[in-house]
Amino acid sequence: MLKLTNVETFYGQIQALKGIDLEVHEGKIITLLGANGAGKSTTMKTIAGLLKPKNGSIEFMGENITGLRPDQLLRKGISLVPEGRAILSSMTVLENLEMGAYQRKDKEVKEDIEDVMKRFPILKERQTQMAGTLSGGQQQMLAIARALLSKPKLILLDEPSMGLAPLIVADIFKIIKEIKEAGTTVLLVEQNAKQALKIADYGYVMETGKIIIEGSADSLLEDPRVVEAYLGRKSTS
Amino acid sequence: MLLEQIINGITLGSIYAIIALGFTLVFGVLGIINMAHGEIFMVGAFVGVTATGILGWPLWLAFIAAIVVTSILGYLLERFTLRPLRGKKGVSHLAPLISTIGVSILLENLSHHIFGAGNKPFNTSFSQISITIGSITIYLVQIVIFIISILLMIGLTIWLSKTKAGKALRATADNLETASILGVDTKKIIILTVVVASAIGGIAGILVGMAFNSVSPQMGLSMGLKGLAIIILGGMGNVKGAMVGGLILGLSETMLVAYGDSGYRDAIAFIMIIVILLLRPQGIFGSKVSQERR
Repeated sequence: MLKLTNVETFYGQIQALKGIDLEVHEGKIITLLGANGAGKSTTMKTIAGLLKPKNGSIEFMGENITGLRPDQLLRKGISLVPEGRAILSSMTVLENLEMGAYQRKDKEVKEDIEDVMKRFPILKERQTQMAGTLSGGQQQMLAIARALLSKPKLILLDEPSMGLAPLIVADIFKIIKEIKEAGTTVLLVEQNAKQALKIADYGYVMETGKIIIEGSADSLLEDPRVVEAYLGRKSTS
Repeated sequence: MLLEQIINGITLGSIYAIIALGFTLVFGVLGIINMAHGEIFMVGAFVGVTATGILGWPLWLAFIAAIVVTSILGYLLERFTLRPLRGKKGVSHLAPLISTIGVSILLENLSHHIFGAGNKPFNTSFSQISITIGSITIYLVQIVIFIISILLMIGLTIWLSKTKAGKALRATADNLETASILGVDTKKIIILTVVVASAIGGIAGILVGMAFNSVSPQMGLSMGLKGLAIIILGGMGNVKGAMVGGLILGLSETMLVAYGDSGYRDAIAFIMIIVILLLRPQGIFGSKVSQERR
């Protein structure tokens, strides 16, 4: 479905991605693990079109999408939930959801927003509030709900559990599983390697701009290098 | 007498508010002060003078001409002086500001060249019509200005809060990157913002020409600086702040001229900037949160 071939991305002179090869198959959850600064978010931003790769190619559904703008990629069905949620804090919760369906022209938008609010009752309750007044967990729910309203084929989730309480983190992982079951493919970046691998089908591990390990989620959970570096005894940081 | 002054103040304040709206829209979306806005306003006024005085067009056609010309100017401003600087590595964040100052100098000198340095009268029989109620004289022009500015403000507010394009504009103003991943073509929204702001400036130009019956190439500078003072007063990027700030400035200037020393008229705006920056730097309607985000 999505295929990155030898992708290199630079921040000015600094090379953040040193030739990434990565593949995402339809209907799966793929997770991207690694320490801070490994290049996970850069990979996500490059796929979503916020950063333009200097070399390499990105293919989506058999089509070359290298260098397209974020709004063009969304039209193709790729939706990013960026790190730090990036909600529109000066707009209401409802307006945030409406912006999620910005490109859609069908008549079911209203119904879909209703459905999303049923799934996330807190968003219905707070729909007229400024999104900036929501708590961190609620903002993350809003960001995910908003991304789903564009009806993406592939959703990119960049550290959705970051900075959230354990109970809410469990909730988020439940939602990610639901997204997959509803037929949307997920590419998930996580610090929380153990939980991510538990729900994922396949995983990649990044280090300093390169992919160093890849394999099925089960095999990664057993892989001594992964266990030592990312799972350890207490890996829930 | 007092009532008459209040009416004068509201008229002036409405015009200030419209000019400030243009500033605030561009600041909200692009985060820059468009120093050429005052000169675009001046061009709008000259288009009005030319259309009604030299070409003998009716007033409504002059309005349309001014809107068209200033919209095109807005597009050119964005296309050739702002866009080339956007997103480039190593470009100072002050570069767009300097760039718009360059455009303002260009436009002022261009109109010097074409129309000459002096004041041009804005001749329309329309501006002579007045109504006298008791001892109070109200010019029809004043009523028209007030109505147009109220309509503009209501229209702009509805546009921003209810329409898809308006919401996309607010999303872009809130966070350009987020707006783009939600599918907003932010390049288009930025063009739209600068064009709408410029067209509003053009409308203000004609209104000022009618109200004061005089147009000059220098009028852009002082109007521009006052517009700037108003958005600092009202809160940067805040539509409501621009309206209220405009009315406050218009009324206080008029009152000072009527009951105080007219020599200090232009000082009011700048005294207001100093006071507001000392007491409430985020402006009347500005929020601290949005300041931190900038």
